[in-house]
Amino acid sequence: MRFTKDHEWVELDGDIATVGISAYAAEQLGDVVFVEVPDVGKTVKAGEGLAVVESVKAASDVYAPISGEVVEANGELGDAPETVNAVPESGGWFAKLKIADKAEYDALMDRDAYEAFLDTL
Amino acid sequence: MADTNETLKQTPLHALHVSLGARMVPFSGYDMPVQYPAGILKEHLHTREKAGLFDVSHMGQAFLSGADPARALEKVTPADVVGLKPGMQRYGLLLNDQGTIKDDFMFSKLVGEDALYLVVNAGTKEGDFAYIAEKLKGIATLEPRPDRALLALQGPAAGAVLERHSPGIDKLTFMKVVRCTVADAPAIVSRSGYTGEDGFEISIEAIHAERVARALLGNPEVLPIGLGARDSLRLEAGLPLYGHDLDETVSPVEAGLAFALSKRRRKAADVPGAARILRELKDGPARLRVALKVEGAPAREGAQIADANGVGVGVVTSGGFSPTLGHPIAIGFAPPELATIGTALQVIVRGKAQPAQVVALPFVPHRYVRQA
Repeated sequence: MRFTKDHEWVELDGDIATVGISAYAAEQLGDVVFVEVPDVGKTVKAGEGLAVVESVKAASDVYAPISGEVVEANGELGDAPETVNAVPESGGWFAKLKIADKAEYDALMDRDAYEAFLDTL
Repeated sequence: MADTNETLKQTPLHALHVSLGARMVPFSGYDMPVQYPAGILKEHLHTREKAGLFDVSHMGQAFLSGADPARALEKVTPADVVGLKPGMQRYGLLLNDQGTIKDDFMFSKLVGEDALYLVVNAGTKEGDFAYIAEKLKGIATLEPRPDRALLALQGPAAGAVLERHSPGIDKLTFMKVVRCTVADAPAIVSRSGYTGEDGFEISIEAIHAERVARALLGNPEVLPIGLGARDSLRLEAGLPLYGHDLDETVSPVEAGLAFALSKRRRKAADVPGAARILRELKDGPARLRVALKVEGAPAREGAQIADANGVGVGVVTSGGFSPTLGHPIAIGFAPPELATIGTALQVIVRGKAQPAQVVALPFVPHRYVRQA
């Protein structure tokens, strides 16, 4: 699993990248009450908006940590947005992307580097 | 990086908030708790089920004294101040001379005292106090009381809880006010609040604030509640938030606050901005504050309101997710012909139109303890 400075995570299985937000981000957001996931077929570049996650208080953008085409979105978050708080780094995933360039993945932080980054915040 | 807030003011309960694990944020110039470890959703629901303690010491407290402070205050508010009986509190609008809203506030007449006790909003208090002092120069004297803290204890268990620390207080009914002691501290207590629940606002000297707050938090029914839940609770209660739903572009009639316009003073046409207000009462205003039940994503402040055909007709001034109802709700302004209950409208969130329906205010019924 790799992480961005915006607190997204991405896990790679072949050329399919699963994307979510880190446990740290979920804790900072507070109770998630609504998630807007992308439509299948949408193509995104790394750094572009991929999803929107809303707490009671505010809406926050989730950026694509890696470029690709959305092949699946987590429809269960529609009825159970609280999954993002309960299991942010597994069942709380937002979308799966078919990626074009694995080098983008390799350039992201691994968990140790991400945790070191969190210590600086 | 976390310490960019050295210029922020602190309430007398700041150390308590930090010790309780609050997440502190800048609000109206103060470093305030937006939530505690329980989180906004739990804090909100807990207040509706049991009781929550809020630090609202950032709000502006003041006394207005003079030969006839009630008559004087009527120069800047359309309320019936002169007719307020001792021991009663009332909601007031601070109006400019054009009849639009500079702030909303509470005013009280304490038994056996000539001065009126005022509570105004935190973000506007300096401007309000300067305006009131200037407008009432020579006839009344405003004395701000930054030495006083203000706590709100809200929720269905509030009466039973406060009774333990202030015997007899549970006999007070909605919008009544009394001087008493709370946990041995001299206090001004009103039965009112900003959540739609039964509850109290407790004004005490700052030096007693932490001890009294800890005493109240020592009750098993009571959790500390941050500003996040305070906002979602007041939104469900349909209570307007100054600087969002109300400002100096909004008139009392547009805001649906005609109850704050005294009948006597309408007849006498002596409210501030009487020309506009009386015209709007007679002919109707150009727009009205509406309550919307929203489907889909929360429509937040600034989201456009459109009619059924997608034509923009207004804007959301407060909006979010209702923890009690389990769906998004919003307050905004729309033309009167589209403001009737049941009207199908739309809200535009991130470029997409979502269904919204005009519903009655409040979204969640008030549960005030009124006099029998």
